[in-house]
Amino acid sequence: MKIAVCIKQVPDTTEVRLDPKTNTLIRDGVPSIINPDDKSGIESALRIKEENPGTSVTVVCMGPPQADVALREALAMGCDDAVLLSGREFGGSDTYATATIIAAGLKKLGFDLIITGRQAIDGDTAQVGPQIAEQMKIPQVSYAEELRVEGDSVIVKRQFEDCYHIVKVKMPCLITALSEMAKPRYMTVRGIIDAYNKDITVLGFEDLKDLFNPEWIGLNGSPTNVMHSFTKQAKAKGTKLTGLTDDEAVKVIVAKLDELHLI
Amino acid sequence: MSKDVFVVIEQREGHVQKVGLELLGEAQKLAAVLGEKVVAVLLGSNIAGKAKMLYEYGADKVLVVDDPMLQHYVTEPYAKALTTIINIYDPNVVLFGASSIGRDLAPRVAGRVHTGLTADCTKLDIDPETKLLLMTRPAFGGNIMATIVCKNYRPQMATVRPGVMKMPERKEVAEYEPEIVRVAFEPSDMNVAILDVLPKTTKSVDITEAKVLVSGGRATGGSEGYEPLRKLAEVLGGEVASSRVGIDSGWIEKDRQVGQTGKTVRPNLYIACGISGAIQHLAGMEDSEFILAINKDASCPMMEIADLGIEGDIKKIIPKLTEEIIKFKASKAVDK
Repeated sequence: MKIAVCIKQVPDTTEVRLDPKTNTLIRDGVPSIINPDDKSGIESALRIKEENPGTSVTVVCMGPPQADVALREALAMGCDDAVLLSGREFGGSDTYATATIIAAGLKKLGFDLIITGRQAIDGDTAQVGPQIAEQMKIPQVSYAEELRVEGDSVIVKRQFEDCYHIVKVKMPCLITALSEMAKPRYMTVRGIIDAYNKDITVLGFEDLKDLFNPEWIGLNGSPTNVMHSFTKQAKAKGTKLTGLTDDEAVKVIVAKLDELHLI
Repeated sequence: MSKDVFVVIEQREGHVQKVGLELLGEAQKLAAVLGEKVVAVLLGSNIAGKAKMLYEYGADKVLVVDDPMLQHYVTEPYAKALTTIINIYDPNVVLFGASSIGRDLAPRVAGRVHTGLTADCTKLDIDPETKLLLMTRPAFGGNIMATIVCKNYRPQMATVRPGVMKMPERKEVAEYEPEIVRVAFEPSDMNVAILDVLPKTTKSVDITEAKVLVSGGRATGGSEGYEPLRKLAEVLGGEVASSRVGIDSGWIEKDRQVGQTGKTVRPNLYIACGISGAIQHLAGMEDSEFILAINKDASCPMMEIADLGIEGDIKKIIPKLTEEIIKFKASKAVDK
């Protein structure tokens, strides 16, 4: 069985701060990490491999050459191969165009089971996984909390707001993983050494151009475009009271809630 | 030419979900600017009876696909039904709730009809000149907002966060006749088999419905730290909520999380108890009508955005406040 795990290298958005003077993002010094949902996908794939001899796990990432670091980390966790989809033509792709490129890479290599994270913490769209599945014309199960292989199918616990569905779907298929699915293992020292001795396969535009419509990728091929972006305006200042005793504080609050007819 | 604003109505077990109705309100606003109609799309099994309420909430037309294949949500039959409708009616705009169903269905359909899709929008507008749909959404964990357009493809598609758009008023309608759309399903469309449906074990609460939220974070120090907040919420007729740290630490259930990765809320009163106000959290609650912040750190971001910010220790103030509110209510009752 061949498993592919699609990952994205993202800035750790919990570390991103706004410059209060310029109201712009401070990106300097923000570490790049493997997107958390994707990392849970890697762990699930590695567990399936351990339970199913003859399984290989390939980690696939679209991004600039620096995304190499994320792929090495995945190799150090225990993935067998790494593929980087990288090219100038891919830049500026929206979710549709991104899915087009990744689907082409996956078609070229051929997989039984594809795992993506549910969503990335920088974009939060949750669209690329389902859009890859659509382009590959394979079934998808998103929001997966548990995943196991049974013969030629996978059994997934699919999360909804109010319930779970336990579903069975035949491979080839695509699953989008929640970060709750599996707590990622740490890299081992042996793994890190091996990871840096392995070659990463790089696929660019020339390698994939027969597998997609070249007019449907990159900035120009993206159906959606960012018209403008902005930081939110701070709302008008309220009242701030400092140095009150607890009793005074309580009194002020009760008076305010009364004034607002909330009590 | 593509026209009309379509809303995909989400239903679970035959119950229409609130987000679909919120979108009918928003769709009316957009359709009025465009001079187009609001069309509700209702997909399900034994569902046609729900069409009336969609007219009452502002749909000009309701399209129904009523088929046993749509009893439970499975991606392919739903995607096929919606694609069929898009191909027949050629909508200008299609809106979905950004729920775990909408976010599964919308990208699949957008891919199939080859158009753009914008996720998790918090604001929609029509550009006065180009008449394009302006889709605004948070990115970078809520740090920035981006306005996105889809110029060259139709329909323009967006998923919209539940709880962000206001519910429209319900009006009486005298006459209505939903249009039934037949979809040629094949058994092979059911490519995912549902083996079981499990309820979530903890009773789920919808904090987006609450008028008052008492919200805790790191300063609660643990699950027992939420108890005083719970009592205060009870006295105020509200619910307890939390910032992300409470969920990640396992102190409180996930469905109570407010913020970029949790829920967007806008209650009448939001009490932020010792929450410093990471931007991801603010993204989920800053539109609350009145924000009361209590924090030891008077200079933290939450204290800056609060309508009333009180420097103090929640462990001391919250129990006292609960007591005083009980007393206050009792005194008011005697007055009358």
